Amino acid sequence: MRLSKLFGFLIIAVCIAFPVSVFAKPITINWWHAMRSARGEVAAKMIGDFNASQSKYKVVGTFKGNYDETMNAGVAAFRAKKQPHLLQVFEVGTQTMMLSGAIYPVFELMKDAGIDVDWSRYLQAVLSYYMNADGDLVSMPFNSSTPIMYYNVDMLKKAGIAPLSKTIPITWDELGDITKKIVDGKIAPAGMVTAWQSWTQIENYSAIHNIAFASKANGYEGLDCQLMINNPQVVKHITRLKSWADDKRFMYGGQKYQGPKAEFIAQNVAFYIDSISGIAKLKKAVNDFKWDAAPLPVEAGTKKLQNSIIGGASLWVLKGHSKEEYKGVATFLKFLAGNEMQEYWHKETGYFPITIDAYESLKAKGYYAANPLQEVGINQLNRAIPTKISRGLRLGYFVQIRNIINEELELVWNGKKSPQEALDNAAARSNIQLRTFEKTYK
Amino acid sequence: MIKRSFFKSKYLPYLLIFPQMVVTLTFFYWPAIQGIFQSFLLSDPFGRRSQFVWFYNYIELFTDPLYLKSIFITFTFSIAVAFVSISLGLFIASMANRALRAKALIRTMLIWPYAVAPAISGIMWLFLLHPSYGIVALGIKKWLGVNWNPVLYGSDAMVMIVMASAWKQVSYNFVFFMAGLQAIPKSLIEASAIDGAGPFRRFWTITFPLLSPTFFFLTVMNIIYSFFETFGIIHTVTQGGPGGSTNILVYKVYQDGFVGLNLGSSAAQSVVLMSLIMVITFLQFRFVEKKVQYSG
Repeated sequence: MRLSKLFGFLIIAVCIAFPVSVFAKPITINWWHAMRSARGEVAAKMIGDFNASQSKYKVVGTFKGNYDETMNAGVAAFRAKKQPHLLQVFEVGTQTMMLSGAIYPVFELMKDAGIDVDWSRYLQAVLSYYMNADGDLVSMPFNSSTPIMYYNVDMLKKAGIAPLSKTIPITWDELGDITKKIVDGKIAPAGMVTAWQSWTQIENYSAIHNIAFASKANGYEGLDCQLMINNPQVVKHITRLKSWADDKRFMYGGQKYQGPKAEFIAQNVAFYIDSISGIAKLKKAVNDFKWDAAPLPVEAGTKKLQNSIIGGASLWVLKGHSKEEYKGVATFLKFLAGNEMQEYWHKETGYFPITIDAYESLKAKGYYAANPLQEVGINQLNRAIPTKISRGLRLGYFVQIRNIINEELELVWNGKKSPQEALDNAAARSNIQLRTFEKTYK
Repeated sequence: MIKRSFFKSKYLPYLLIFPQMVVTLTFFYWPAIQGIFQSFLLSDPFGRRSQFVWFYNYIELFTDPLYLKSIFITFTFSIAVAFVSISLGLFIASMANRALRAKALIRTMLIWPYAVAPAISGIMWLFLLHPSYGIVALGIKKWLGVNWNPVLYGSDAMVMIVMASAWKQVSYNFVFFMAGLQAIPKSLIEASAIDGAGPFRRFWTITFPLLSPTFFFLTVMNIIYSFFETFGIIHTVTQGGPGGSTNILVYKVYQDGFVGLNLGSSAAQSVVLMSLIMVITFLQFRFVEKKVQYSG
């Protein structure tokens, strides 16, 4: 009896000593993401830092599987009215998310929360991928990358070629000459290999040379867009790659990155085109030769080189939560965009810092002088103000369209179709997908 | 007069099957009906808008030459898998049946692959046969001089997924054939041996007919296996490529529905797939089962 009395007093004493603030639960913000292993740890640390920096909100990060699993989890949760506040969605899902009616656009969220953001201090080629037709940001860029070209320095030396510039791209013709020397000189069995062929060889090729991928400004200005990848320039590029495939200057290593990366590491090729996220992977895996990176090759005589486009994912704010909670989401997004977080993110994962301030701060600290590889992608991304064509792609059923392009390109590489035939077919098949998508959202 | 114990209550049987009915209705019939309903709709994944479009999704499917190609690929694939795994299973079972020493050990070892998940089986075969890092693939290219490249050539990719799928299923078939073989009376085989029939003749005239129920059962099971459960193998090994040459129906359902979020088309494909497997099984029962001898 005495014990319980004492206990009661103790509780009252504690309550008086520490007023409500301790007992007021922080508002929980749920964030579902697709960042696993090393990247997951980095994300967890960022969340931990945010939670430690204030006591009003508590962000809870949950790993939901790879990109499509995460998006599916978000969709299912929304249907069951149990959606998280923040959902990470890959870039190809942008159009579906935008039209879903399930999202709270980031520019509105920031405005409503009274947080003033100077969007002009962000990397424009990153922002533009997630803007609506009016130029307002709908989702917050999170992990963004762009393709660059890795090469085997030792092989180039053997072929008598000096290391390539990290800012000025070589031309495709030059790449053809170099790979010819490599193959003819038996320095390597093949010249070059590419990961994610649709993204690197068609989407980025088109953006860099300011060639429309689809009509209606790549789909930004209307659902009634058509794919235009069967244009003469792209057909010419694919024809060139096919002729290189025939004389071993190009080899096909698979749709994703594993096969191509393995070829580069095994020194079966001298050049390897992949996302900047390859830097970390190659650093870990390569120890028996020297490698470096250069911007993607371009066509000779291009008057104005455009930016390359990004891949990766962004954070979407989902509807159906309280104002208080949204205030927390906005605070968290602002925290993530801060210099400290962006610098940490960039250093640890290799993905772009999303603000110019973070980039300049890193530069001032001498980070890029010490890690010149990390700047290749940023320079390529930042070399021009994005045009309506190079700012990104906004297509419905983009996953299916990429699959179609992959399929048709494979039929070119194994000789079943001519480049023109394959690209015509890819456009026609994709257009059927686009019409179904349009019909769904009419 | 046969003695029979029975329960007076009329309701007891219903009560007893009730749990099973609930499970079947919620996990099979309800989703299937939802799927059929969804196949007539065009809807966005978030379920905020959907419209009834009659047979639009089906028309789109059957006017797509690639879908018809995918049906053809599925048939080629499942016949190949069933043939390879059944014949290998039978061969190994008849060998193991004659094993003199360590019979139990051999049997146990041969059943192991069945415990391997399809996705794992796929990854293992990929490590053997991938043109860039596959150990066996490097050997094939070096010593056999074959330009083996399943990443580029559709036929090579098909061979690879058939091997990966059949390998796993061989164990399953082995178990059934083993049981079937042991059920065959020794006296019959001995009698024919005395009559002068060689091992081959004995197999065709005695063993094979007596195994026919097992055969029939395994054919049905193997075809269903290759239609559905090989998903994990396709997903890890080829993702339907190259050029769509290994894109079997069930993988396309996943790609369009789960990854591509085109729910209407994906539902329509599921309905087609379900109907196909129903027709195939019906035909098997209608025509093949007649030839099956259930008793010796």
